[in-house]
Amino acid sequence: MLDAAWISWRNAATGGALIGLASGGLMLFNGRIAGISGIFHRAVEGSREGWRWAFLLGLVASGLGMRTFVAAEIIASNPTLYSYLTAIAAGLLVGFGTRMGSGCTSGHGICGQARLSLRSLVAVLVFLASGIAVTAVMRLTGTL
Amino acid sequence: MVAIAAALAMGLLFGVGLIISGMTDPANVKGFLDVFGQWRPQLMAVLGVGMMVTWLLYVLARRMTRTLAGTQFHWPHSTAIDKPLVLGAALFGAGWALAGYCPGPALVAAGALNPVAMVFVVAMLAGGLIQRAMGK
Repeated sequence: MLDAAWISWRNAATGGALIGLASGGLMLFNGRIAGISGIFHRAVEGSREGWRWAFLLGLVASGLGMRTFVAAEIIASNPTLYSYLTAIAAGLLVGFGTRMGSGCTSGHGICGQARLSLRSLVAVLVFLASGIAVTAVMRLTGTL
Repeated sequence: MVAIAAALAMGLLFGVGLIISGMTDPANVKGFLDVFGQWRPQLMAVLGVGMMVTWLLYVLARRMTRTLAGTQFHWPHSTAIDKPLVLGAALFGAGWALAGYCPGPALVAAGALNPVAMVFVVAMLAGGLIQRAMGK
């Protein structure tokens, strides 16, 4: 059972290695970049390419399968109205932004850096800076 | 068939990696972005190690003419550093910080039946469709 102390360098690195194997594996087997926002947007917009749906199904199934091991971290214990409203605003921003910017933490972050893409490096620096700035504002306003 | 099975397996592996790494817990993400507060830098290792392993496998892939499933490679061609890239990334970063979810972890957490993540995924779908409707 993983607990709240699981955010360790070792777990982060182990998880990162598995993510790397999956990202590299999707290229070796499917010839595709493991950019989750792109795979998601294309799929829900009506793509008939089966690999997209299969990959998304795997992601969702991993959550369902690990449900028993991860307890409260993944299954929000007592969501409030505020957390739902925040999720709506944040989801809209993430959906809009990743489609406009053609990628997220996986496509630009992992895969883009692995390709040594300058375009992706710019995207990563911008979304990190934006995320850090918004977090700082949230801390100042007591909403973090 | 090999391609579909492989994509399913890679999705599963990616999801398990996200869970072990701590990326599916918004508290970890918020701590990672809280550079000017109580910074928890551990998630840097996810990007760092993930990138290096991917890079190694990409080196292998670039020496192949066909994928292991016998299909073509689809390497991205775009190198443009333009306004949609920068503005899109900025909006994404804001949403990422606000909820502590990026697309992958949100899908995994929604799969784990986390109601907040489920709402987030529906909103993310809507956000993408709004962006498409606005053109470009």
